[in-house]
Amino acid sequence: MANRIAPPLAPKHLTRRRVLQTTLYSAGLAVGQRLFTGFPAVHAAEPVVLNIAGTGVNQYQQIAAKAKEDLGVTIQYTSLVSDDVVKRAATQPTSFDLLDSEYWMLAKIIPTGNMRGMDVRRITNYERIVPIFTKGTLPDGRAVARQGTAPIKVSYLPEEFAKTFAAEPTQWMTLIPTVYNADTLGIRPDVIGRSIEHWHELLNAEFRGKAAILNIPSIGIMDAAMVAESTGTITYGDKGNMTKEEIDKTIALLIEAKKQGQFRAFWKEFNESVNLMAAGEVVIQSMWSPAVTKVRQMGVPCIYQPLKEGYRAWAAGLGIPRHVTGTKLDVCYEFINWYLSGWVGAFLNRQGYYTAVLETAQAHMTADEWGYWMEGKPAQGDIVSPTGDKIESAGAIRDGGSFWTRMGSVACWNSVMDEDRYMVRKWNEFIAA
Amino acid sequence: MRSRLNPYLQVAPLTVVLAGFFVLPIVIVIMVSFFDYQTYQLLIPAFTLQNYIDVFSSSVTYRTYLITLRFCATVWAITLLLGFTLAYFLAFHIRTLRWQLVLFLLCTIPFWTSNVIRMIAWIPLLGRQGVVNTVLHGLGLRDTPLEWLLYSEFAVIVGYVHLYTLCMMVPIFNAMMRIDRAVIEAAVDSGASEWQTLCHVIVPLCKAGMTIGSIFVLAVVMGDFVTIDVLGGGQIASVGKAIMTELSYLQFPPAAANAMVLLMVVVCMIVLLLRIVDVRKEL
Repeated sequence: MANRIAPPLAPKHLTRRRVLQTTLYSAGLAVGQRLFTGFPAVHAAEPVVLNIAGTGVNQYQQIAAKAKEDLGVTIQYTSLVSDDVVKRAATQPTSFDLLDSEYWMLAKIIPTGNMRGMDVRRITNYERIVPIFTKGTLPDGRAVARQGTAPIKVSYLPEEFAKTFAAEPTQWMTLIPTVYNADTLGIRPDVIGRSIEHWHELLNAEFRGKAAILNIPSIGIMDAAMVAESTGTITYGDKGNMTKEEIDKTIALLIEAKKQGQFRAFWKEFNESVNLMAAGEVVIQSMWSPAVTKVRQMGVPCIYQPLKEGYRAWAAGLGIPRHVTGTKLDVCYEFINWYLSGWVGAFLNRQGYYTAVLETAQAHMTADEWGYWMEGKPAQGDIVSPTGDKIESAGAIRDGGSFWTRMGSVACWNSVMDEDRYMVRKWNEFIAA
Repeated sequence: MRSRLNPYLQVAPLTVVLAGFFVLPIVIVIMVSFFDYQTYQLLIPAFTLQNYIDVFSSSVTYRTYLITLRFCATVWAITLLLGFTLAYFLAFHIRTLRWQLVLFLLCTIPFWTSNVIRMIAWIPLLGRQGVVNTVLHGLGLRDTPLEWLLYSEFAVIVGYVHLYTLCMMVPIFNAMMRIDRAVIEAAVDSGASEWQTLCHVIVPLCKAGMTIGSIFVLAVVMGDFVTIDVLGGGQIASVGKAIMTELSYLQFPPAAANAMVLLMVVVCMIVLLLRIVDVRKEL
């Protein structure tokens, strides 16, 4: 697919028309000139390359190949660890055409003025995006937790090139959501042999030397806060934006646990958590959903355990940097619209992530797949990953249940704290302790 | 005229390279270390000592340096002993040049793969359900697995020794090969035992090699942040890791200050070494 020289005629034709429409929509004058000189549409004539920088979570070659097939656009991924995404967006914004950023990073990126607001009128499925991102609510109207960097707090800009966030939805969106999920603890049910219901089990002496926490300070400290709140030792105003005093207490709790040998390791990268769990080094730890899937694929029992206190959620989306203009900008919009049009949504849902527009994704999934991944129903047949590996057999139920149960139990969102500087210093103290 | 210009022309290429890739970056780091910063503004040109005050007033700094220096001392002692012994065996106990070369190349084989892979290779070996523990259990020597094998200071030292012994061995081997065999013959003829020859002839003549090897090992261990993370399970602090964390959070000025302090410490260590052994004279 990827090296085919000329894409089939029909989709190319469609693409041209769509590009022209969107271009017309945005700036009449410019379009006039382009129609006059640029015949046929510019981007179909020359190969268009979109360089997407972001964390690796949703960078799949299959998506790139499909984009090439459907849009004729070549996707190049730059895979970075989350800290480096922020660094790249802040210091080298011209090195990419689309930024795949997590929402919490925006608090650091938007004030640099390197990004542009996206015109929601150009997003075909805008009205169908899950209201978590556009209204801050679940579809039944219940409010989503606002502790931490809840997406709604940073979804909108007051104007196209603003450096601050808008309190209310506007025409200009910072990111169009791509994937999001609700994180919890992963456990080895075969080794633990009893039910785990609370976050404080992470520091239970029963698992001394067999627990792990992730060593990304801003996320690790939130997991620690979930634990601390669960034991009842600390109460927080906002776990996603702690005061110095709250940070001190949380770090003190962690240091005490570390000194008693509670932790086997701290992990930073997805695969490290998989290895810790699969190799039997750890039986309870902070984990990400696809890591749990991977451990299970290796034949090791692992549960993504729902807990009474709720989940720590995160979300990522695509944003367009300020330097992208003209045809390239049109292609970016076209790519984003394609992203929300269903195929990608279905692909990512099958990885265990959630995606922005549910209806379109559902259309690309079987009823059984939809029932298993999204509705918390028992699988009717084998559940297969997009790469063809069998994940579950008939009868299996997704950990944590349906989409609305899981996203409805979110307690806080990944965030950047105002006391970021202080927090990092204290975290280093914890690592050195 | 030409002859007076010549030496300058000869040093010009090296000067340009060093100025561009060494002096300039260091000058920039020094400048940045005095800058101010905020979460939303990475670099604020200023002259503040706050970054250095933060470094020196924090007990974490001293604790971290203590840990790193302890690693340095341990690894230095082990690699020196190992490197010297290996080099000694190669240089004086292997008779033919061909076998010396063959065995020397054998020592370098692990270095054909990347650093990281050589580190990660220890994990399945030392893990709780790893090879060592399985064997111990299979032999009935232990019921419960040894926990301190992996994700511990022990594992980190094993990793360092594995990675850097060759850095120590090569310069020592080189120094030994340059020793005039007549000198050793003279020692033996004068009735010196092997041990006496070793202490009074070979070791003094290898001082330069040992110093160069030590510089390699100390400099690498002082700045390391990868091995300690992979084999220490992320639980052990190092100066390099602290700098990395600050960089990750876009806190460039304090990272620069920390890096300058580290640089000064390493420079002091090397100067001290060179005071003890005059490498240039020995070569």
